[in-house]
Amino acid sequence: MRPGNLEGLIATDQESAPKTDKDLPFARQVLADVMDPEVPAVSVVDLGIVRDIGWQDGHIRVLITPTYSGCPATEAIEEAIRDALIAAGFVQAEVIQRLDPAWTTDWITDEGREKLRAYGISPPSGSASKRSLTSEPPVVLCPICNSDHTERVSEFGSTACKALYRCCDCLEPFDYFKCI
Amino acid sequence: MQKYDDLTEFVLRMGDSALIQAQRLCEWTGKAPALEEELALMNVGLDLVGQARNWLDYAAELIGDGTDADALAYRRDERNYRNVLMVEQPNGDFAVTMLKQFLYDVWQFHMLSKLRESKDDRVAAIATKSLKEVTYHLRRSSDWIKRLGDGTEESHQRMVKAIDDVWRFTYDFLQLTEQENALIDSQVIGDVRDVAAQWQTKVNAVFVASTLTVPKPAEPFYLNSREGVHSECLGALLAEMQYLQRAHPNASW
Ligand SMILES: [Zn+2]
Repeated sequence: MRPGNLEGLIATDQESAPKTDKDLPFARQVLADVMDPEVPAVSVVDLGIVRDIGWQDGHIRVLITPTYSGCPATEAIEEAIRDALIAAGFVQAEVIQRLDPAWTTDWITDEGREKLRAYGISPPSGSASKRSLTSEPPVVLCPICNSDHTERVSEFGSTACKALYRCCDCLEPFDYFKCI
Repeated sequence: MQKYDDLTEFVLRMGDSALIQAQRLCEWTGKAPALEEELALMNVGLDLVGQARNWLDYAAELIGDGTDADALAYRRDERNYRNVLMVEQPNGDFAVTMLKQFLYDVWQFHMLSKLRESKDDRVAAIATKSLKEVTYHLRRSSDWIKRLGDGTEESHQRMVKAIDDVWRFTYDFLQLTEQENALIDSQVIGDVRDVAAQWQTKVNAVFVASTLTVPKPAEPFYLNSREGVHSECLGALLAEMQYLQRAHPNASW
């Protein structure tokens, strides 16, 4: 659950002065290296989990939102964010969970979508805000051969955020990041 | 039996229903009919545990005596549970499990849709978040009702028997108390008065598409979930769910 790629930061920043409110852009860079523990290809920033990075009462405060209500990674993510910021020179870091507005896959960045695809997970298709109970099933592209000739195997996959699909052209099974 | 203010009672009803439904789903761990089904049952359960936690966190804040979501889940007796009667019923076979899930999903879907409009910010936020998940749950359970109802001779018979077994508990989805009506009148919660009719319309539509006969609306009988008068089986469920925290209070790992 430890954030990756922080060795460089820790080494160079240990000697420097404690980070202040002027270092918030730097904090964003730090969080861009904190990976989601269940989908380690994408960072918490790519996924749109980080909603705000601010300064309050003399310390950095990060607002995050859970992807799914029962996502067991939420606490690990909180901890990873706090650890990463402290390792990067912020003396105290507060991480607060907010439910509102509710997380949507529309917040996954373009870069995040590309990383998901490269990792073998088909990114969410279309806009969550336009989907409803009676919507037609989405067109899901195979992350390996890009075919749109795919079929759903199960509404749910290895984690709450994914569904299981199969490509009818290259025959590979793959995870689809559900659009919510 | 402990009685709280109207909003707390309502928040407990939403949270307890999600928690008990999740606990029943967990019982399928390791014995679902197919791997994909096992994953689906567990994922739905996980969503519901998360929703229960959000509701019970809020209930604990409203109660305000230092209690927390864990204490509410693991140290309350059955008389203090406010869940709808449907979710505590035993899983039975896969037909009963999916039928219970479906009937509960329809209720959740329509309740949460309306609760998004609550003036109480927390209720609105939890409802908005939960509804995204429940929309998935309902799509899946509706599909299963159709597959089983309009499937083989045996699957159809099992659905018929399942309906026969649990239909009488559905009256719980159709009624609102005076206290809940007061919450609606003051707009603290969204107007869920239409949910009973919406529930019946949706259930009828899916049953008809599944070649299943819709029984006449269930009538109330002596069980009363809001007063903590539950089916016998809730006690046994809680005994298992609460064992660890009862035997080793505040145990953590
Ligand atoms: Zn393919």
